[in-house]
Amino acid sequence: MFGRHRLSWVATLAAVAGLVAAMPARAEDTVKVGLILPMTGGQASTGKQIENAIKLYMQQKGDTVAGKKVEIIVKDDAAIPDKTKTAAQELIVNDKVNFIAGFGVTPAALAAAPLATQAKIPEVVMAAGTSIITERSPYIVRTSFTLAQSSTIIADWAVKNGIKKVATLTSDYAPGNDALNFFKQNFTAGGGEVVEEVKTPLANPDFAPFLQRMKDAKPDAIFVFVPAGQGGNFMKQYAERGLDKAGIKVIGPGDVTDDDLLNNMGDAVLGTVTAHLYSAAHPSQMNKDFVAAYKKAFGNRPGFMAVSGYDGIHLIYEALKKTGGDTDGTKLIEAMKGQKWESPRGPISIDPETRDIVQNIYIRKVEKVDGELYNVEFATFEAVKDLGKTKK
Amino acid sequence: MTAILTNLFDGVAYGMLLFVLACGLAVTLGLMNFVNLAHGAFAMTGGYICAVLVNQQGWPFFAALPLAFVSAAVIGIALERTLYRHLYARSHLDQVLFTIGLTFMSVAAVDYVMGSSRVFINLPAALQGQFDLFGVGIGRYRLMIIIICGLLTIALQLVLAKTRFGSRLRAAVDDPRAASGLGINVPQVFAFTFAFGCGLAGLGGALSAEILGLDPYFPLKFMIYFLIVVTVGGSSSITGPFLASLLLGIGDVAGKYYVPKMGPFVIYTMMIVILIWRPNGLFGRAAAR
Repeated sequence: MFGRHRLSWVATLAAVAGLVAAMPARAEDTVKVGLILPMTGGQASTGKQIENAIKLYMQQKGDTVAGKKVEIIVKDDAAIPDKTKTAAQELIVNDKVNFIAGFGVTPAALAAAPLATQAKIPEVVMAAGTSIITERSPYIVRTSFTLAQSSTIIADWAVKNGIKKVATLTSDYAPGNDALNFFKQNFTAGGGEVVEEVKTPLANPDFAPFLQRMKDAKPDAIFVFVPAGQGGNFMKQYAERGLDKAGIKVIGPGDVTDDDLLNNMGDAVLGTVTAHLYSAAHPSQMNKDFVAAYKKAFGNRPGFMAVSGYDGIHLIYEALKKTGGDTDGTKLIEAMKGQKWESPRGPISIDPETRDIVQNIYIRKVEKVDGELYNVEFATFEAVKDLGKTKK
Repeated sequence: MTAILTNLFDGVAYGMLLFVLACGLAVTLGLMNFVNLAHGAFAMTGGYICAVLVNQQGWPFFAALPLAFVSAAVIGIALERTLYRHLYARSHLDQVLFTIGLTFMSVAAVDYVMGSSRVFINLPAALQGQFDLFGVGIGRYRLMIIIICGLLTIALQLVLAKTRFGSRLRAAVDDPRAASGLGINVPQVFAFTFAFGCGLAGLGGALSAEILGLDPYFPLKFMIYFLIVVTVGGSSSITGPFLASLLLGIGDVAGKYYVPKMGPFVIYTMMIVILIWRPNGLFGRAAAR
């Protein structure tokens, strides 16, 4: 089902099929999904989670929908936009895929956008989180999240819960700046004050000096956004420097306490409050089954990237059901608009106007459950749209 | 005032860590005139071995540290005997191509075996947190780094300056032909030195997991820092890289604290200024061989 070297196989098949003049019928029976993910490099955990979740979905629901066999072709772009573009071109031109999907980081999703527009095929974004993405092509639809969703919600929550002075520490790249700006906008509008603002370089080895600065600014809380992999380092050094004992809390979008890494962060992370779309501890029965199945198949806990991939493939299946197996890209994207379903993360839908995801954002606190660290949800903001666009 | 002292302390700890990581590179590059870009791979090996021993086998942290040193050294000597020694006489470009290839292989191998996410080493409680000394926050872990690295530096300096092995090594570097004429087994001395440098990197890797973060891309991410230490310090002695590491460590921490917007560039600015002022590094001299 999954292979990175489909090309020769497909070419052989095409040649054979051509000989017996049965090619059109065969091609009509399969639907191809080109999955472009970072399978190597610093973002590899994102790629692996999404690939795993899609495998799981197809094991559970079968690989045939509306009379068509779904075939997944995985390509690795290592989160480098140039490679994303090449991969998307190959998939569209050579493999004749009906969907492109995946996209670990914002620049990758943007690089593929013009190709989706030209080829008129849906681009399903399953990870990247900057608001502008869905505005770059009428064929883009997103099943992950936007940073505006979680950042504005945590700002509103902080204002209501007696946090008045906040120092911010964000990674200096597009999603980090999105997180910072949306947080600041809602937090200052609610009467809060940002006392210290630090942007750390993306490849940052040591948080010590930045954290010392935070500590000396004596805020009520630190708002943090760092790429998933750096969260653990941040939390360790936060505790080492005694910021927890100085009464400075950590708040932020949930990337910093990603389920993927949370358990290795140590007890320092206990009590961290984040706003996010998914926690492996979400109490629904559907999520319990999802987590159990994922753990059984892959040996670890699914994170928010896994659930975005799971919902992404679900959306593709549903769109095909609605068109009755018609693979015309424009019809498919129309079929995706306004879809509503129950996901392991809770009820979600696709906004028919922006093609972006509408979902519940949960406020969670890190607690110990059965000896493991989990983000335990304690408040819900229902059906949150991407505020990055509605404010415009 | 206390903020200055805390920063100074953090900077010294960071610098010491850089020194242990990079000093093996200073040895191979300066003393043996071999460009070993795979140096970080040995550091990563040590780090991962320490992590596996502590987290999965339940070894105490302080027992795993020496093993990180030993295993990196053993791997170092095995590679030196089988691969590296064939390249001593080759051009620097060949050496660079070979070692960068080795680095990529190590990255892919570790990614395959251990996965791509960051690894943390479970520390004993005694090493966690900070204590106050006259109002200055002292991180326990960082204090341990300063002590271990400080002792190592003194020991290294003594070995190089006072022992028979040290004088053999210096002789072998200054004039390998004359040294072998005097009955010094030059390849053996080099092999031992290389292994020791790798061992130090392994130890540095194990120590740095907590502060710099350990993942399969470690050798690529920190290669630039090792090279800065060696170029700024000059590669003809141990003192040069040591002082350069301290300077860069303190400069980096202070830069990020006082001018966070400029922070990441401070270390590069310092390198440029020092190299304009002294192109061979702080304590450099013209290449030995």
